[in-house]
Amino acid sequence: MTLWASIRVALTALRVNALRSALAMLGIIIGVASVIVLVSISEGTKRAVEDQIASFGANLLIIRPGSSMFGGRRGGAGSAPPMTDGDVLAIRNEVAGLSSVSGEVRTATSIVFAGANWQTSIYGVNTDYFDARSWIIDEGRAFSPAEDNASRRLAVVGQTIVAELFDGASPIGQVIRVGGQPFEVIGTVEAKGESNFGTDQDDIVFVPLNAARSRLGAGQRPPTPDPVNTIYADVSAGEDIGRVIADIQDLLRIRRDIAPGASDDFNVSSLAEFIRARNETENQLGLLLAVGAGIVLLVGGIGIMNIMLVSVTERTREIGLRLAVGARRRDIRNQFLIESIVLCMIGGALGLAAGIGGTALYANVGQLEIVVSPLIVAIAVGASLFVGVFFGLYPAQRAASLNPIDALRFE
Amino acid sequence: MSALIECEDISKVYTMGDTQIRALDGVSVAIEAGEYVAVMGASGSGKSTFMNLLGALDQPTSGALRVDGRALDALGPDALAEFRSHSIGFVFQQFNLLPRTSAVENAALPLVYSGVPAGQRRKRAQARLDQVGLGDRSHHHPKQLSGGQQQRVAIARALVNDPAIILADEPTGALDSRTSEEVMRIFDGLNREGITVILVTHEQEVADHAKRQIVFRDGKIVEDRS
Repeated sequence: MTLWASIRVALTALRVNALRSALAMLGIIIGVASVIVLVSISEGTKRAVEDQIASFGANLLIIRPGSSMFGGRRGGAGSAPPMTDGDVLAIRNEVAGLSSVSGEVRTATSIVFAGANWQTSIYGVNTDYFDARSWIIDEGRAFSPAEDNASRRLAVVGQTIVAELFDGASPIGQVIRVGGQPFEVIGTVEAKGESNFGTDQDDIVFVPLNAARSRLGAGQRPPTPDPVNTIYADVSAGEDIGRVIADIQDLLRIRRDIAPGASDDFNVSSLAEFIRARNETENQLGLLLAVGAGIVLLVGGIGIMNIMLVSVTERTREIGLRLAVGARRRDIRNQFLIESIVLCMIGGALGLAAGIGGTALYANVGQLEIVVSPLIVAIAVGASLFVGVFFGLYPAQRAASLNPIDALRFE
Repeated sequence: MSALIECEDISKVYTMGDTQIRALDGVSVAIEAGEYVAVMGASGSGKSTFMNLLGALDQPTSGALRVDGRALDALGPDALAEFRSHSIGFVFQQFNLLPRTSAVENAALPLVYSGVPAGQRRKRAQARLDQVGLGDRSHHHPKQLSGGQQQRVAIARALVNDPAIILADEPTGALDSRTSEEVMRIFDGLNREGITVILVTHEQEVADHAKRQIVFRDGKIVEDRS
């Protein structure tokens, strides 16, 4: 019997018991749909994470002081002496493979413009910062290294500041008061939106690092005259991040006079790795859900096997007749196997539709970009085919092994 | 020249638990091409077992069985299927038509397994339905046909592969006497065309259509008259 003829016979047989067939398919429909929703969401999440990493700077290193040691008593994170301007310069000049290096000090204060005031974060940074952290100048310009060194009172503001203080009008050339001191706005940065942690990244004012320290008192850590809270270093594309991290660690150990064998009192971490590590947790959750979907498919498959066994029993006389008129055992086996596969494939197709629908729904609710890829279709087809063959084989073998006489006499 | 069917000392033993049932006990018989044979006997006499062996639905426990030039006792499952497909046409008491399937598709079923292309299947099945007088009912489903008409579809199905032998197991058992007579006249006609017809029956009027009557009792042939 040709494949097409077998499929037609299978479709006829399934149509005869349409409700029963539909119920048998339900497990496959739900199983395939949940697999698809899971894969889509996990793909979408992965893409969102990658976007986040890109917005942070794909190869960004974060260098912070660690904990200090005083005769066996360990301080908390950041208790060790701060980084300095000298460290920033040394890393920039002596470590190969970095495209931009910038220090950062932070403070929070209120800013005032034309009678309106707004409490915000003030970041004192070097010019390289904008490149290192992937901030793109939207309007105007960033301050130059010379302006930074001269502690000029200049500011680059985020889009939330533009909206809150300037009602969306161009702030370039306006003078705002930051901590009581006049700063001229020379640029704005493009919006980054909400961070991974739910904070508004655009609620921000950048000023030259030296100005932040000397005029706003940011990051002061006596007796260090030129403290820097954090250093950001962006590794050039194609460089070995591990090697760069090791170079920075070697350099800082010498500069901070750490004895051989003693542990570092600073951390060099990679933001991308941090985000990936965090994503691992989500992957584990995804794995758990995938196991759940697998169980649904398993149960669905058992349903298919059950219904196929019922079908074989019901059609015992038909099997006997087919054997009597010349069907070989493999003809009978193939007929029932194809019926099981057709049943599962229809279920898989419905599951695919339901899964894409469910994913779209989730995408609307969860504000997530959803990826419906060929992979998903392949999964749906593959899973249905597998269940059809795996759970259809036993009933089909059973049908094929029937004795023609007993089958013909079966009541 | 050897006979169409040659049985030599064939036995069939069924084992049920501890007891052995000797359904056929050393049967030897020869049937020539073109014969019209009625196989008779009470239930349990071995006549159905004999038919099953002739139709290659089952194989003897011992003895030699040659049908249409093939040693059935030595064939594997696929070869037996091929033999059934080409040499034998079965007619059953309960018709055994596929429900929800038209008369012409039912009649064409054996052609599906003998590898005949779809286009030819319909044509050949239709020709056989014409032969049994059901040419105008070819698109009716079994439910829409009377018992006699269903049995005629079954006969068309048995004929569609041009078999050497028609094996009919109580072909009139589910029919009233008038319809039985119609169906038997079809078998008479087939035998006149040269087809070997073997029918199992316990009704004397049916057996009287045949030219030779073989009677079984306790697994043995007790009477063989022409």
